[in-house]
Amino acid sequence: MSKLSVNHLLGIRGMTREDLELIFNTASEFKEVLNRPIRKVPSLRDLTVANLFFENSTRTRLSFELAQKRLSADVVNFSAASSSVKKGETLVDTVNNILAMKVDMLVMRHPHPGAIHFLADKVDTTLINAGDGTHEHPTQALLDAFSLREKLGDDLEGKKIAIVGDIRHSRVAVSNILALKLLGARVRVCGPATLIPKHMSTLGVEISHDFDETLVWADVVNMLRIQHERQGDSESIPFFPSIREYTLNYGLTQDRLNRLDKQITVLHPGPINRGVEISSAIADSDHSLILDQVENGVATRMAVMYLLARR
Amino acid sequence: MDSQVLINGEQFELILDRLAHQLLEHHDFTKTDLIGLQPRGIRLAHRLQAKLSELLNDTQIRCGELDVTFHRDDLRMRDKPIAPQQNKMEFIVDGRNVVLVDDVFFTGRTIRAGLDALLAYGRPDKVELAILIDRRFSRELPIEPTYIGKQIDSIVDQHVVVEWKEENGIDRVLLFNSKPE
Repeated sequence: MSKLSVNHLLGIRGMTREDLELIFNTASEFKEVLNRPIRKVPSLRDLTVANLFFENSTRTRLSFELAQKRLSADVVNFSAASSSVKKGETLVDTVNNILAMKVDMLVMRHPHPGAIHFLADKVDTTLINAGDGTHEHPTQALLDAFSLREKLGDDLEGKKIAIVGDIRHSRVAVSNILALKLLGARVRVCGPATLIPKHMSTLGVEISHDFDETLVWADVVNMLRIQHERQGDSESIPFFPSIREYTLNYGLTQDRLNRLDKQITVLHPGPINRGVEISSAIADSDHSLILDQVENGVATRMAVMYLLARR
Repeated sequence: MDSQVLINGEQFELILDRLAHQLLEHHDFTKTDLIGLQPRGIRLAHRLQAKLSELLNDTQIRCGELDVTFHRDDLRMRDKPIAPQQNKMEFIVDGRNVVLVDDVFFTGRTIRAGLDALLAYGRPDKVELAILIDRRFSRELPIEPTYIGKQIDSIVDQHVVVEWKEENGIDRVLLFNSKPE
């Protein structure tokens, strides 16, 4: 068996297709573990992992913590809200203090893009990116691709995947694009011009502002959440006039799907704004892989930690 | 590469027949399950399953495939991660008799991991071990097989390879003086 070409999971950038496939193959064995009567294996029982969350999270954090526990690792959790960060401690100091307590692996979410890369140069430990600002969210991309492979078959070559909505503020979009391109899929981003960054095409994706036309083109749509918290304050110019208008143009509704003469697979990284980017009925329908994504998240993260654990 | 044939096709068949009969001496297979250890023990387990089904005229004999990778004690001592194999355990072993099946028995560490992995599927009444080749005097743990195909004396550097009709077109066991490519 080969090993990963990277020592940290900082982002999908820098990884190879073989890396992704190794992670998927390992994850499917972990998925089987999660469906056993006793869902726990002793693989990482000699490892201590710290989860550092400088930004709020429910799903990702729980998913990582469960993955660690299923692998029998020891877990410590840290959230910025209740820590010395409030007292002015720097990131490197905070991390080095945690490492001094003999921690082997760090999972970090941070509001600043690149924070984890900055850390990788300064500290000596295994790092896993659980989201850095609007930059990358690699484990989300891995679990999305894993879920798609389960649904569409192992080969995503040539499959058409549209990522729709708030691309500008989305780390999920960047990681997904990079991962899907590595796997040979065709990727298109779709959303209002204000929510698509200027240089998106340099990632090798198609760009569209027409959602209905994109639905005709796509095999899969990944509906991103409108990030209300990143739409600027009340003083600044909004990215779109109103939620209602956004939903009219870019919301996935039953009406829109009825107009298609094909089945389409729906992903959403959560948390969903029901009735905004996706209607309730579709979120709960058979087309939606939303809960599969959550289930696969634990298996994928187990695979990542298993493969990255230092020897 | 220097190799010597330990068991040829004819002997191979005789040994499997004997193992099947030995199992029948102790089990009527109403509450006994075979569990092959991945990756190579599953071949022997399925062969024994077929033989037993024939002898008992019973096609209900259950045979699981258990992967012990995540339970190994040398997981993080190796250079590369160990590739997990598929687990196919479609039953629970609570209150059952289990015969673990593997091809080559060497240090005993795989079986230890197997016993550990088995716990995830319940508490068997009894666990036995059937193996094709027992490399004597190489144990690192106090575990011994119940049913043995053939015992051999070998040194640590030597390597035993079991070839299967299904994979290699021929049933035989080879002993190499060093690890084959």
